[in-house]
Amino acid sequence: MAKSHKPVVWFPFAAGGTVVAFFIPVIALLTLLAAVGHVPAGLQYDQLLAVAHHPLGKLAIFSVLALSLWGSAHRLRCTCFDFGLRIDGLVAAVLYVAAIACSLLAGYALLGL
Amino acid sequence: MSRRPYVREVPPTAWYFRHPRYLRYMAREVTSIFVGAYCVLLTVGVLRLAQGQASYEAFLQALQSPASIVFQLLAFAAASYHAVTWFTATQKAMPLQLGDEFVPGGWIAGAHFVGWGLLSAAILYFAGVF
Repeated sequence: MAKSHKPVVWFPFAAGGTVVAFFIPVIALLTLLAAVGHVPAGLQYDQLLAVAHHPLGKLAIFSVLALSLWGSAHRLRCTCFDFGLRIDGLVAAVLYVAAIACSLLAGYALLGL
Repeated sequence: MSRRPYVREVPPTAWYFRHPRYLRYMAREVTSIFVGAYCVLLTVGVLRLAQGQASYEAFLQALQSPASIVFQLLAFAAASYHAVTWFTATQKAMPLQLGDEFVPGGWIAGAHFVGWGLLSAAILYFAGVF
């Protein structure tokens, strides 16, 4: 069977697309409430910190963030290509490195809490 | 090999104006710009949370700028549009066969929409919105 690196890119992309679909609209709604001055209890410093202190909370925040970042990076790569930017190797490298860097930063910050 | 191969002209930057279907595809693609930027915003939020209360309060304060509100509205709309198209496409990407019959696509999409609604309501409830 021919070997390909595509599943490695594709699996987190598909998972990321699903995570974005299920979670990002409601998270955006929560930050929007905070933005208009009604900070939801769950976004208050103490409560969010309590969630981030729990190992499962860390895992949940990291999973949602990392998968969403990767899914978005892959979709942005396709978007760039579709808009006529035909330097796919460079675009892919920049976007995937950015997604991984953001995930690592967030993961490191969460582990330190 | 054919001596006169047919080469179809495709304008690389404006091809999607040729058919409404392509435009809808591109509308879906464009949502990834806002969703991606919003994910970076969330990453910043997690970093600010880790830096302590003052940093995090400043982050919440910065969310209140008019530009930030407009951006978050766009991100919310983009993520919701992504969700609707993603759930509608699932029946094509992962058709489900039970016995001899395929589960009707509408059921698969419907189950996703119901799950999305319940999950969103649960998150809003646990975040103390209602």
